[in-house]
Amino acid sequence: MYSFEPTDEQKMLIDAVSRYAASDLRPAAHDADENKELPPKLISKGWELGVLQASIPEAYGGFGDRSAVTGVLAAEEMAHGDLAGALAVGTPGLFALPILLSGSEEQKSQYLPPVIAADWKAYTAALIEPAFDFDPNDLKTVAKAEGGDYILNGEKTFAPFAANAEAMIVYAKLDGATKGFIVPKGAAGLKVGEEREKFMGLNAIPFFKVTLEGVKIPKTNLLAGDFAPVLDASRVAIAAMAIGVTKAAFEYSRDYAKERDVFGVKVAQKQAIAFMLAEMVTEIEAIRMLVWETAWMIDKGHAEASKQAYLAATGAIDMAMMVTDRAVQILGGHGYIREHPVEMWMREGRGFATFTGLAMV
Amino acid sequence: MIDFETPEKIVGVCTVIKTVADNMMRPVSRHFDENEHEIPWDYINFMHTAARAMGGSSMAPGDSKKEGPRIGFQRLAHMVEMLSWGDAGIYLDTPGGMLGSAAVSATGTPEQKERFLARFRGETPTFDAMCMTEAGAGSDTSAIRTTAVLDKNTKEWVLNGEKIFVTAGHKALVDSQGFIVVWATIDPSAGRAGMRPFVVEAGTPGCQVTKMEHKLGIRASDTVSIVLQDCRVPFDNILGSPEVVTDKATTGFKGAMATFDATRPIVAAQAIGLARATLELLKEMLAEKGVTIRYGLPRQKLTSIEKDVIDMEILLRSAWWLVLKAVWMMDNGKPNALESSMSKVRAGDVVNRITQKAVEIMGPLGYSREYLLEKWFRDAKISDIYEGTGQINRLVVARQILGYRSSELR
Repeated sequence: MYSFEPTDEQKMLIDAVSRYAASDLRPAAHDADENKELPPKLISKGWELGVLQASIPEAYGGFGDRSAVTGVLAAEEMAHGDLAGALAVGTPGLFALPILLSGSEEQKSQYLPPVIAADWKAYTAALIEPAFDFDPNDLKTVAKAEGGDYILNGEKTFAPFAANAEAMIVYAKLDGATKGFIVPKGAAGLKVGEEREKFMGLNAIPFFKVTLEGVKIPKTNLLAGDFAPVLDASRVAIAAMAIGVTKAAFEYSRDYAKERDVFGVKVAQKQAIAFMLAEMVTEIEAIRMLVWETAWMIDKGHAEASKQAYLAATGAIDMAMMVTDRAVQILGGHGYIREHPVEMWMREGRGFATFTGLAMV
Repeated sequence: MIDFETPEKIVGVCTVIKTVADNMMRPVSRHFDENEHEIPWDYINFMHTAARAMGGSSMAPGDSKKEGPRIGFQRLAHMVEMLSWGDAGIYLDTPGGMLGSAAVSATGTPEQKERFLARFRGETPTFDAMCMTEAGAGSDTSAIRTTAVLDKNTKEWVLNGEKIFVTAGHKALVDSQGFIVVWATIDPSAGRAGMRPFVVEAGTPGCQVTKMEHKLGIRASDTVSIVLQDCRVPFDNILGSPEVVTDKATTGFKGAMATFDATRPIVAAQAIGLARATLELLKEMLAEKGVTIRYGLPRQKLTSIEKDVIDMEILLRSAWWLVLKAVWMMDNGKPNALESSMSKVRAGDVVNRITQKAVEIMGPLGYSREYLLEKWFRDAKISDIYEGTGQINRLVVARQILGYRSSELR
């Protein structure tokens, strides 16, 4: 039976996240981008909302069962405040959720409680590689079995908070398939770039290159389960965040257009602008439906969930670019000035094609 | 709780309709495209008999007082999607209540609903039609010049004017004892405030079908002009309570708009069915040529055709959910003017994009009348035009999101 209405419980969570996003993340977003830093207090406050914790069963230190639907609802709200802030708050999930989804009972018991039951700490993951044709299902980083160990070799980029990470999941190709490996801090051969990486957007997050030169880790650190659910969880999360960002850009440009005078009327009263806004909101709503459907399929264990996650993520990429570009366009010259947030959202908007692996639900 | 599971009852109905589409629509699609104005009576009679057998008269949701969740509009959207998957033109020949009945349902009194809608439960297939457009008034319905003047002596409305682009008007007035709903003004100086819908039954003197159009697509469906010349209808044929006659507010126009909130997602569903048919056929034809679509690859690794097909799937699927959300809101009594128009905007775009791309991708095979792709490309265009063009629906969406009245955003 169709329904497009979240449960009361979900609504309560969305409300809480939305309050935090509006009164904490958004006001901090501009300075965080300019100063290239998110206040640690801001991150811990978001962490204490318990979005990730609610996805981890009590046995492992959390207080709930994972629901991708709840996850995408929260991810959208969080990113509606600020994408960098949303990604930072959720970074420990890049470590915890793959373990939950593809790890063994022992791994869950060992690794999840210290992440989940504690304050926000830098636990992270390294998936993306510095190649134009980066493909999460065909990695250049490789793992080789050697005795009781795996040897990892390769180069990663876009690893958030990697410099201070307690531990990270490194993804590598093992026997033709992508697998996650738990790599502890300070493993021999694990090199985290000395300088932060510089990107067009997400300036507030410290990203690092990670190089693996013959990193030897015990076989017990392999996440033996399938990678597909992990990738799906990331694709749908990134797509949900694209909706949050574009909703912010849409609202800002709409409000601006209602204030700005032109030829004796408000610029929003011109069809050229009004139609752009109409198309933006339609595009956002259409992709939101696809994201929700994907999350619902993931929760159902639907056979087509992976394909749908791919479609949702692909749709979100184009949607994010289209909407954020138009938001800048509607503000005209003002949109290009960093005093308004739309240029930041446009820089983020172009990144969704690249962000796979930076968020999970 | 967010749920994307199609209700079982709807799945069952769709299975049946799929059989109808496969056996009674697709095999004659080409014939009724090439022989415009011929009527697919086999399909019509079958659908009428089937509807009677199932105890219903029309596909439209009734005033069900039954307990439980209401899914009438959701079911209708699914049925229309599947019928249109069969053939978007022949689907428009489905007997029983369509747009005219929707207007009666949205704005009529219980007495009027019974009086006008009972005919669809009769022995023979019966049709209705909606008459809004005029030569000088398309989307700008306030420019309607057809007049309705009350003859106080006989208590009759006297209608004068000419309506064009009436879908199924010939079937409603000539091929069956149906009715049309005519939008006319009772006060030409009052603009939209003066607009009222009137039911004109088949056989009413002074009401005549004058022209049958030749069209780009949906040729199995008749589109006609209707002239009303001193056409007299009983006082009670004005839809809605007669008391509103003196009301200077835009009640009449709001009636039309309420109808659109219900019908736009249904027209969007038609677009979706056609788009799905096209995409499915395209993928089959590509598969025969050994082209498979590699889902999951980064876009940099995809071929141009793969990218196109994947984009089409995204467009189709996301647009369909907009439609279903709009009808779900309708069923649940939630105001859906925004969602209804969004679904229409999106579906109109999507079906055109998909059919255009499909013809392009298949090259000469796409252009050939040996295949249905070129027909579907022609059929598709109507979805961006009738029941409000894409532009009018953008205007509706824009007014909703900006909180503007029509005077503030023209």
